[in-house]
Amino acid sequence: MFDKYLIDPDSVTDIGPADSPTGFSFTTKLGYYRGLTLSMLEEMTVAVDGEELPREAVSFDDGNGPITLDEMETTYDRRWNFGAPATLSVTYPGGFPKGEHTLSLRQRLRISYMPFPAMRFTEKTIVKE
Amino acid sequence: MASKIRRGVSLYSFQEEMFLGKMNVEDCVSFAASIGAKGIEILPEQNMPSFPNVTDAEIAGWHEMLERHGCHFTCYDMFLDTKLRNDRLLTDDEQVESIRRDLALCNRMGIRNMRVLIFVRPDILERCVPYAEELDVHMGVEVHAPWYLDHPWILRTIEVADRLGTKHLGILPDMGIFMKHYPPELRARFEREGARPEITQFIVDQHEQKVMCEYTIYEVAVKMKGNPSEVRMAETLRHAPYANPKRIGDFAPYFRHIQAKFYGMTEDCRDPAHAYDEVIPELLKAGWEGTLSSEYEGNRWVQDVMDVDSREQVRRQHEMFKRLLGETANGQEDA
Repeated sequence: MFDKYLIDPDSVTDIGPADSPTGFSFTTKLGYYRGLTLSMLEEMTVAVDGEELPREAVSFDDGNGPITLDEMETTYDRRWNFGAPATLSVTYPGGFPKGEHTLSLRQRLRISYMPFPAMRFTEKTIVKE
Repeated sequence: MASKIRRGVSLYSFQEEMFLGKMNVEDCVSFAASIGAKGIEILPEQNMPSFPNVTDAEIAGWHEMLERHGCHFTCYDMFLDTKLRNDRLLTDDEQVESIRRDLALCNRMGIRNMRVLIFVRPDILERCVPYAEELDVHMGVEVHAPWYLDHPWILRTIEVADRLGTKHLGILPDMGIFMKHYPPELRARFEREGARPEITQFIVDQHEQKVMCEYTIYEVAVKMKGNPSEVRMAETLRHAPYANPKRIGDFAPYFRHIQAKFYGMTEDCRDPAHAYDEVIPELLKAGWEGTLSSEYEGNRWVQDVMDVDSREQVRRQHEMFKRLLGETANGQEDA
């Protein structure tokens, strides 16, 4: 429902030392019309040029401190609010690749009233000089 | 005779602008007031960032804000996360406790109608009735497409309410169950995604003739070798019922609030899909008292090609309501 807004393409930033970045981060929002407790975020799958990165490479921070996807699974006392930006940090040696590349994100949400998990997906073209 | 039907909006209607930070909740309330839609339906899990730990001061702040615009709350939309954990469902006791939490917050907010998600089990709701009675909150099970008023799942809730003789359990119809015509916004989106016009016309024609959806899905998917967009469009027919408006009077005693679903209004303020022109006369005939609460859900179907203008869509829907309710151009008196 908000798929096209899941990645802010202007937010992609390298992290780590400037001369040898260890990864990159970007701003995302929850693709849903209400907030969710973190335990119901099953997957946040990041891919560069279609190649999916390992789940362990991704960490989430909604402003209340970084948390891994595995830790999120059992986090019942923290909610990601509707429309609230959060940062996904991704371990990716060298940082986001220079030139024109695609960055995609798939969110898999466990929504109780739906018979199957809700999938949200977006892919953005990122141009880095 | 003046109708007892009031006009309102659900904050759900402005989800596009709120998600993008273009409107805040007060902007939504202020707009609703400007079109005479004084009743505000809230989704605490969308509109209250501190949920579920909402303070009395925050509630007072909401009431001050509503009063500034001459508005009031009408309905509280609850959720139930039975799948909170990935290793098991919530137990029955945990489900009751979660609903009780919402009933208590609803009561603290001074709201007397609570929208209950349709998948909540009637036997769980039966256990919640004493709390609802004590807190004076009506639990209305959302009758949402593809369910409809006479659906056996809905009749289970009616049976519980009748057996207990309670006024605090019933239903809450979503007008999506009265989809008489296929919504043009959906068709256009599938065409932009690659559905061929001759196939989308076939699907629209089949819906218009009320052919049971599985025939159409098979025709499109197998016989016509439909592409993925065409098959997806055909599958939307599973969620496009046209329930019989004549049954409204029989169910009217069980509901006090209506979610007035729509996907898009024409420039001359008509809903091309939902049969409001048949539904509202039935509500009037039944002498029904409650709020028609706008639920605009068209944003997701048009956001790929245009900036969504939820305000204009909601404004047009209220022009239609005024016409069908026989209000004057100046709008109605709102209690």
